[in-house]
Amino acid sequence: MTQAQETIILRGHIIDSLILAKVLDLILTMGGSFDLDHVEIGRTREDQSHARIVVRAPSLATLSHILRAIQPHGAVVERDSDCVLQAAPADGVFPDEFHSTTHLPTEVRLNETWVEVQGVEMDLGITVDNQRMTARTVPMADVRQGDLIVTGQAGVRVIPLQRPRERDVFAFMESTVSAERPHSHVIADIARRMRTLRDEFRAGGARSKVLLAGGPAIIHAGGRDALTWLIEEGFIQVLFCGNALAAHDMEADLYGTSLGYALTAGHAVPHGHAHHLRTINRIRAIGSIRVAVESGVIKSGIMAACVRSGVRVVMAGTIRDDGPLPGVITDSMRAQATMREAIPGVGLALLVASTLHAVATGNLLPASVPTVCVDINASVPTKLADRGSFQAVGLVMDAASFLGELARNLGRRA
Amino acid sequence: MNRLLVCPPDYFAIEYEINLWMRRSNIVDHERAVTQWHRLMEVLERDMGVRLECMRPVPGLPDLVFTANAGVAVGRQAVVSRFRYAERQREEAHFEHWFRAAGYEIVTFDQDIFFEGAGDLLGFPEYWFGGYRQRSDIRMFPLLSERFTREIIPLELIDGRFYHLDNCLCPLSGGELLYYPPAFDSYGQSAIRERVDEGLRLAVPEAEALKFACNAVCVGAHVALPEGCPTTMELLQERGCQVHPVPLDEFMKSGGSAKCLTLAIDGFLP
Repeated sequence: MTQAQETIILRGHIIDSLILAKVLDLILTMGGSFDLDHVEIGRTREDQSHARIVVRAPSLATLSHILRAIQPHGAVVERDSDCVLQAAPADGVFPDEFHSTTHLPTEVRLNETWVEVQGVEMDLGITVDNQRMTARTVPMADVRQGDLIVTGQAGVRVIPLQRPRERDVFAFMESTVSAERPHSHVIADIARRMRTLRDEFRAGGARSKVLLAGGPAIIHAGGRDALTWLIEEGFIQVLFCGNALAAHDMEADLYGTSLGYALTAGHAVPHGHAHHLRTINRIRAIGSIRVAVESGVIKSGIMAACVRSGVRVVMAGTIRDDGPLPGVITDSMRAQATMREAIPGVGLALLVASTLHAVATGNLLPASVPTVCVDINASVPTKLADRGSFQAVGLVMDAASFLGELARNLGRRA
Repeated sequence: MNRLLVCPPDYFAIEYEINLWMRRSNIVDHERAVTQWHRLMEVLERDMGVRLECMRPVPGLPDLVFTANAGVAVGRQAVVSRFRYAERQREEAHFEHWFRAAGYEIVTFDQDIFFEGAGDLLGFPEYWFGGYRQRSDIRMFPLLSERFTREIIPLELIDGRFYHLDNCLCPLSGGELLYYPPAFDSYGQSAIRERVDEGLRLAVPEAEALKFACNAVCVGAHVALPEGCPTTMELLQERGCQVHPVPLDEFMKSGGSAKCLTLAIDGFLP
């Protein structure tokens, strides 16, 4: 954990006496921050008020400094309790009162010790190993009968994100998503981050991968070349997509069309509507996209670049898929689990032109991962930007323009 | 009838230094101290109509004379002080004994928290002020407030020369508040301003605050205070108070004056 924290209780006539104000001022002036977790104000003059305050500081030393300063004003460190565990009653079923996670860093108290929960992700449960003193998130479907699951709020603390150190668009994110907002400085900041992350990734840095989750509109709109370039240049390490993006990308390579439209001429070609089916059929005959690329059948494009650059690709299927292509995971829960496995190490996520994959990926990401959501429909970035994270940026623009400008910012010649 | 608990200064002396006023080298003129104490008693009894309850002095407990720190009496209940310094902790048993013998129910709390009685708890009938940081611990006030269903506004004492609340603040029976604002931090000063109307706030000048002008005993319209505080006397007279200056400089050597030498034991006197 990057921050130290402690919960304190302040009670008495703390409002009119300005004792609460004094304690909060002290916390701030000494370099800490606070959350007023719960404040109960007395209804009559005789009634006392009660405040539960989470005090945070950048270091343990600062925290204890602050605690020492506020204790004379009546602040009492709350006696923490261990988290309350209950065994899962059946496979795939949490105990009734299970603690539902957020996408924020979380700690649970086991045997009087705060333990960091591994695998930060929203809407999951927390299972603990008392012997090893470990805790991790667990999806509902994966829980096994008898697993010890954290219940209620006792002994659980959620640590809000600190503002990022970089003074870029992620640090000053505005929650409004608007098509009218100029995009160029946002894209320039994203490019700057990606350049840094690529250097870090090459140096073996943690959390240095860039994840792109995208829909087939990338191909239709003409963003294929830019995305291919970004992958070939080593700016992207993980790709989440569905059957369609891969199919149309390879259709473009084999037939020069995307869903039957000639990509360069911009008109429908005779019998073009079947091109993507023929593409899928061809790959199915070969057995895998990897073999298709390595054997030279698929020569260029996004999938070829992924195979050649060693990009981790997770293709999740849907009920409207044709084929599907070999490698598309048609079991949704298995697809979700595979995507989840690919999340650790991701330091930036680009969610481009896909409601389905953007929302699914957004749900899997910890709030600490900066996220860019690009869509021509404002509702998708709005939904994603609304996740209570400092580090989510929404852009209302088309996928090809975004990818093109991003690649240009990173040195691609138009 | 207003009753005050007092203790004759038979053994009053400066035998240790636990506040900024005390200097062991500053020898108490015992005879003078006894005369001053009796003069105060005379004013309280004769001029102010107070009934005095006298505690028996104890050899070796020079500060037992400052009965304001015995504890607080609320109705027939009493909370005995828990002194911060070991030098005065020896007084606790004697004060407790007096309260018990006088028929008070002794109130105790689970937690062992420093609290120096009426020296740090003063107030108006509707609400009280609690002084903390120098001697009493702020955590005592929520307990007292709960027990006696009274609002207690804690005020931090920031100047070591005013180590008890009654050194720098004195509520008067007409609703006025005699006080020395710089003894409190800005939060405390604001809290006082919020509570007490401007016309009722009587701010004492520093020179007189240092003579413990605020360490006054107020009974009805009568106020007994240390002599040598002309501005304070004027402030009080303008408000219609009958002022009784008393020479008490021998007790100032120990950091105490009129109020410190008394404890209101009939209910909770303002």
